[in-house]
Amino acid sequence: MGSKMAFQNNPPTASRLSQSLIAACLALGIVFAIFVAAKTTSGAMQFHAFIIITAFILGIVAIFNLGNRIADEEHVVSPSGVFYNNSIVKFGVIASAFWGVAGFLVGDVLAWQLAFPALNFDLPWTNFGRLRPLHTSAVIFAFGGNVLIATSFYVVQRTCKARLAGEIAPWFVFWGYQLFIILAATGYLLGVTQSKEYAEPEWYVDIWLTLVWVTYLFVFLGTLWRRKEPHIYVANWFYLAFIVTVAMLHLVNNATIPISFVEPKSYTIFAGVQDALIQWWYAHNAVGFFLTAGFLGIMYYFVPKRAERPIFSYRLSIVHFWSLIFLYIWAGPHHLHYTALPDWAQTLGMTFSVMLWMPSWGGMINGLMTLSGAWDKLRTDPVLKMLVVSVAFYGMSTFEGPLMSIKAVNGLSHYTDWTVGHVHSGALGWVAYVSFGALYCLTPWLWGRKGLYSLKLVNIHFWISTVGILLYICAMWVSGIMQGLMWRAYTELGFLEYSFVETVAAMQPYFIIRAIGGLLFILGSLVMVYNLWRTIRGDSAAEPTPENIDNAIAAQALGE
Amino acid sequence: MSYQEVSSLSQSWGLVFLVAMFAVAVAYALWPTNKEKFSKAAKSALDED
Repeated sequence: MGSKMAFQNNPPTASRLSQSLIAACLALGIVFAIFVAAKTTSGAMQFHAFIIITAFILGIVAIFNLGNRIADEEHVVSPSGVFYNNSIVKFGVIASAFWGVAGFLVGDVLAWQLAFPALNFDLPWTNFGRLRPLHTSAVIFAFGGNVLIATSFYVVQRTCKARLAGEIAPWFVFWGYQLFIILAATGYLLGVTQSKEYAEPEWYVDIWLTLVWVTYLFVFLGTLWRRKEPHIYVANWFYLAFIVTVAMLHLVNNATIPISFVEPKSYTIFAGVQDALIQWWYAHNAVGFFLTAGFLGIMYYFVPKRAERPIFSYRLSIVHFWSLIFLYIWAGPHHLHYTALPDWAQTLGMTFSVMLWMPSWGGMINGLMTLSGAWDKLRTDPVLKMLVVSVAFYGMSTFEGPLMSIKAVNGLSHYTDWTVGHVHSGALGWVAYVSFGALYCLTPWLWGRKGLYSLKLVNIHFWISTVGILLYICAMWVSGIMQGLMWRAYTELGFLEYSFVETVAAMQPYFIIRAIGGLLFILGSLVMVYNLWRTIRGDSAAEPTPENIDNAIAAQALGE
Repeated sequence: MSYQEVSSLSQSWGLVFLVAMFAVAVAYALWPTNKEKFSKAAKSALDED
């Protein structure tokens, strides 16, 4: 106990020994990468070896620079006497905004390609098959992952009243994760993929991510270990479940054997239906633990904080947590209805998916009811409005999901655009909105500004994006259900009524509407980036004060 | 273990296990002596820092 207190009362420093040890490991990595670059027959792997060499050299320089950086930026003590590591969260906020815009942009390029296929310019690097994983990985892992790392590092420090564990380790997690993103993204464009959805990176990138992720787990656990608060706040449970489960999913689904240590190609150790089940156990839990549990951690901290009220029911949050994690892990087989998977396993996946509706709505009610008695804040605080609408979208897509997992519904919806619409109502409405809300909160807090540069711009962002999301999901509902009905339409003589290409032609107008919706969503995110940038620069604040709330009410009364 | 054994085990004891875990979680959440700890945790998340 004594040493713990002593640590927290002393300004942080980087240890010379660990600096040297980690630099030595990176130097070994450089030697190995040079060996691979010389031996490989794959141009893509050689390119990756050069990226790794460059990154590791920069890493060694950064490690020895770290001591000065800590001395400059981290010797600021908080009101409760803790030296928080804020710099890492600042980097995370910037990386999140950057990858968010990049990922949305690639998504919209794909949307226009679907409407007008000539837009792939007949180049291998820009065809749909290579750009699609670039989009999904950029939005889920690059944008979502950076938001989760940044917010988890912020929340765990604040709720534990302790500085983040380790001085070099958190930076290894941050920069190591960016390196993972760059290796994955460039690999897709060059055609390196193991063709598993959301797990496309090949074996060597998987091993790198494992190192980064295990370090992330230790940094998080280490911070919980040195907490001053006796009880671990529930947001941290969600973050921890996300980190632990993603580690487990990643290790099992990426169990592959490379053909050689200097070639990018590998073969999975599972075969046939087992491989399919492992893949969808992985992918659905990526939705459940990466895109849901992690972002619920954000909800349980940022909604109460922004509304300035404790969570509606702490007891409900505990039931939400345990029932969510125990049910989610079984839901994956609903991706394999009417396949070679045993029938009982399909039914099990469907049953657990339907049961999941309950904890999901329990969580939604908990988030929304936190505002009970303070609903007026929605009129004056567009950031809170964004957070609340994200929770509403969480409720909507966690109702739609169980519905679509029912075999009879799935027979209509599977392989159609309805699935794409469902994913995006969750991804844009829930995940992106709760992330935007968190970024809008964090930026003024971290850079010590009184408030955001402009709340009006937040409102503009909110409405442009919301119209974009609605265009997107409504177009996909119509297009997807139409597509499913056309596929199953028979003539009087028992022949299929439509050829595949006829269904595609019928969907084209909806593809265009979807692409316009996506464009609006990007425009909204650019408004956010501008607003965050001006906030960081320190331009004027416009948070709701009692005074401007009164003005807003007066203006409304006058019908302005 | 055969496929039949695994599936019958998961369909019987698996159910008992999950229901028992759920009961434990609900009991923990509703246990009267935990009430104060939880309301303190919910409030301390709002601390200025």
